[in-house]
Amino acid sequence: MNIRKTLATLGISALVGLSAAQAVAAGTIKIGSFLAVTGPAAFLGDPELKTLQMYIDEINTKGGVNGMQLELVHYDTGGKAKEAVGFAKRLIKKDRVDVIVGGSTSGSTLAVIPLVEKDRIPFISLAGSVKIIDPVKKWVFKVPHTDRMAAAKIFEDMKKRGIKRIALISGSGGFGKSGRSQVLALAPEQGIEVVSDESYGAKDTDMTAQLTKIRNTDAQAILCFGFGTGPAIVTKNVRQLGIELPLYQSHGVASKKFIELAGAAAEGVRLPASALLVADKLPASDPQKGLLLAYKQRFESKYGPVSTFGGHAYDGLMITVRAIERAGGTDKAKVRDEIEKTRGFIGTGGIFNMSPTDHLGLDLSAFKMLEIKHGDWTIVE
Amino acid sequence: MKRLRGLFLLTLLVVILPLLFPDNYYVTVVAVSAALHAILAVGLNLLMGYAGLISLGHAAFFGIGAYTSGIVTTRFGLDPWSAMAAGMLLTGTIAFVMARPILRLKGHYLAMATLGLGIIVQIVLVQTEELTGGPDGLGGIPPLSLFGWEVDSDLRWYMLMSAVMLLVVWLALNIIDSRSGRALRALHGSEVAAEMMGIDTTVTKTGVFVVAALSASLAGSLFAHQQAFISPDSFNFFFSIELVTMVVLGGMASTFGAVFGAFVLTFLPELLVIFEDYEVMIFGAILMLMMIFLPQGLFVGLRDLLRRLLQQQRAPAPAPVVPAGEDKHDAA
Amino acid sequence: MADQILQFLLTGITVGATYALVALGFAIIYNASDVVNFAQGEFVMIGAMSAVALSAGDGGLPMPVALLLAVLITVGVGVLLQRFAIAPARGASVVTTIIITIGASIFLRGVALLVWGKDIFALPAFSGDAPIHIGQATLLPQNLWVMGGAGLMVLGVHWFFGHTTIGKAVLACSCNRTAAHLVGINVGLMMLIAYGLSAFLGAMAGVLVAPITFTSYDAGVMLGLKGFAAAILGGMGNPMGAVAGGLLLGLIESLSAGLISSGYKDAIGFVILLLVLFFRPSGLFGRASVERV
Repeated sequence: MNIRKTLATLGISALVGLSAAQAVAAGTIKIGSFLAVTGPAAFLGDPELKTLQMYIDEINTKGGVNGMQLELVHYDTGGKAKEAVGFAKRLIKKDRVDVIVGGSTSGSTLAVIPLVEKDRIPFISLAGSVKIIDPVKKWVFKVPHTDRMAAAKIFEDMKKRGIKRIALISGSGGFGKSGRSQVLALAPEQGIEVVSDESYGAKDTDMTAQLTKIRNTDAQAILCFGFGTGPAIVTKNVRQLGIELPLYQSHGVASKKFIELAGAAAEGVRLPASALLVADKLPASDPQKGLLLAYKQRFESKYGPVSTFGGHAYDGLMITVRAIERAGGTDKAKVRDEIEKTRGFIGTGGIFNMSPTDHLGLDLSAFKMLEIKHGDWTIVE
Repeated sequence: MKRLRGLFLLTLLVVILPLLFPDNYYVTVVAVSAALHAILAVGLNLLMGYAGLISLGHAAFFGIGAYTSGIVTTRFGLDPWSAMAAGMLLTGTIAFVMARPILRLKGHYLAMATLGLGIIVQIVLVQTEELTGGPDGLGGIPPLSLFGWEVDSDLRWYMLMSAVMLLVVWLALNIIDSRSGRALRALHGSEVAAEMMGIDTTVTKTGVFVVAALSASLAGSLFAHQQAFISPDSFNFFFSIELVTMVVLGGMASTFGAVFGAFVLTFLPELLVIFEDYEVMIFGAILMLMMIFLPQGLFVGLRDLLRRLLQQQRAPAPAPVVPAGEDKHDAA
Repeated sequence: MADQILQFLLTGITVGATYALVALGFAIIYNASDVVNFAQGEFVMIGAMSAVALSAGDGGLPMPVALLLAVLITVGVGVLLQRFAIAPARGASVVTTIIITIGASIFLRGVALLVWGKDIFALPAFSGDAPIHIGQATLLPQNLWVMGGAGLMVLGVHWFFGHTTIGKAVLACSCNRTAAHLVGINVGLMMLIAYGLSAFLGAMAGVLVAPITFTSYDAGVMLGLKGFAAAILGGMGNPMGAVAGGLLLGLIESLSAGLISSGYKDAIGFVILLLVLFFRPSGLFGRASVERV
């Protein structure tokens, strides 16, 4: 912290901050980020920030990108859309970053899209909703699988097991709501009937009322779309009520924390997730295996159990870095064009092939269907 | 003229800032939010500071205004100004209908009722996805234009938002000095006494509640067009609390106090950002300390301190000064 | 249908028992000092989080010791809160005290974030996870702990205020501070006791529910809000009213989730609260207030 910042922070005079010069060190590439490092979505933003910091440090010690050092400017949105807009403005107008990699939640990403489009700055989002890239926006990309893909992957597995009628329970936050609408939209064309559609609040502590209702329907499986404590409580409540139906969760719970919280009740739960969680169980021929093991090992040696969310930050950062290398500089339009030309990039989420009509570049094969067995992830064949 | 001196000073400041610091982030971005917050705080201050009615749900009216503007312009293609009027009409009606039962309540019960109202509106915004877009929000809200002058840059928003803020401040000052303003203050002192004096307290209370709601709705519409995107979490319980804090922090029953509080609470988090994980703790501590040591508010407290110092310089034996916002509220 | 209703009722009572404990804390502090303590939810969080932190890992303390220490830590926080945040602001207006306690809750959350991080934690259940069947409805042993614990504490508080000298002295302070002082009651000490007791109830609620609901540094926000709603519903300042309010709110939520709409269950709860206030402006069991002229 330099003296200017300290003075400004003492908060006695805003003018101190006003008159401060906007120092931009020559020869650095500024990567801006706004993440939900605290708040209900902290389990997304926290590993994302750690990943960004870890890899930017590494790139810098290896000499940077095109001979220039990377500088990370990041803010914590607490998962709130309004904060995200404020910080995105700050990144663009005060910090004058070259590119933005961030936006842990779909709400915060969607909120900054008008701004990013207007100010023409390449933006790689780390959030899930399909609305971010559909319709395609010129300056906006994303790296995590969409909620529509998650729903499709789950339906694919359900059909293999002959499940035709399902009960849906979703969180009332952005992730759950968005997932719910994708499930409801996709179900008819997949020949699946949603016989019960329940929801719970983000901080609810007991879902037995909703699940009791579900128990009295003729559903053949339960699908829970949400993140945080909700899905873990749903899982425990299902077990408590003695419901024997197969339970599916979304990719929102793809971290060891879910197994830890739900405990024995998590046995047999299935969910779609990227291959990162099962890196060591992949066949040696898998093109992603080497990278996944390396990322996992690096993250875990420093911070503890890996989640797929930090992996998204790796993908976003590396796609950006490659694009800057190819563009030979930080010209925003050139970097944007190069991001769009990303082909065959092996990331933690899958192999990315972006195009002017696809600003994600992943297909269903990037998802693995996992089942929790003996407190660990296994791949469902 | 004396009562408008503050308004002139504020206007001068608003005009000078962008001239001194053109294209500065704190002026063209943060100050615009601060001006928006000031509109909200000045309206809320009429309710809280002058009429003594606590509201922990003010963000609801802000949200209804914003969503009416957003929905009417994006889904029904209405022009922004009519949308703004529609928002104010809707908010005003809701406030009018809710005023009578809600304003019968006192102290913490009133706090709870307004808080509940805010939460109900928040849940409805989240659940009626077909209309509001749910928690993912509502995008594509068109920009405002004024006689062909498109409000599309930060500087233009600065001008528009500051102008509206000055207008609202001017209106608030006029209301306070009017007959109904005096009725309001009487109400704050003691409701029973006010009734004895022949003031129709129900009408006065309803009136100020509606005015506060209308100004919040106006701010909401401006916010929707400025951001081009709105989502329910901008209008939640925490934002209501933030608004109350602005009013109290500035100093209750002082319009400029509310403006000051809005600016302090908008700039403070911007400055605390660099503390990262410590930010939450420091913010809470600052809030507590300010309220413990300056319970009459920062603006009013500093102003009184200044007056006292000036007086001490003039006369060796200082006369006790009665601070403006010292009235105690009945807790019962 | 009957089985379903039974399950909804059991769920409602478990959730309601938690709200009741938080509401009881609100009522005690309100009675003693006319302050609505918005940091009440943070007491719950601190109780649960310290229990998790003390018992976790290989070097963790045995569970009963950890629980006892966690409760003591929370009581300490409550006493400090009274001494350094509430006492110096004596005589401040309702709104000022609201902001002070909100500031305190943000501060405590900030400290918890620094000390314990932002992860979600679970506390192991006190006596296993095997569900208990009552007809078609089920309960966890931990639910019984919550209900039983809440019941015991409510009785304890009732006894404390009705039958002990200290309890009566605390009550005397709330009725008339000056008079209490004149008859030789140490008003300052009584305030500390009230806040300590309130923090104790919060911490107990925290450790009892943590095995079911999990906990994190921001777990207190929603509980504080619901507890406040429950206390208002029952009638602020009436401890037994607060308990009734808590149970009622829990039941309303679970019945609306089960029978009407799970998406709107919280809204339904607040609508009912508003309706109650419209007809009984001082809550269900509160005394009507009279303005002094």
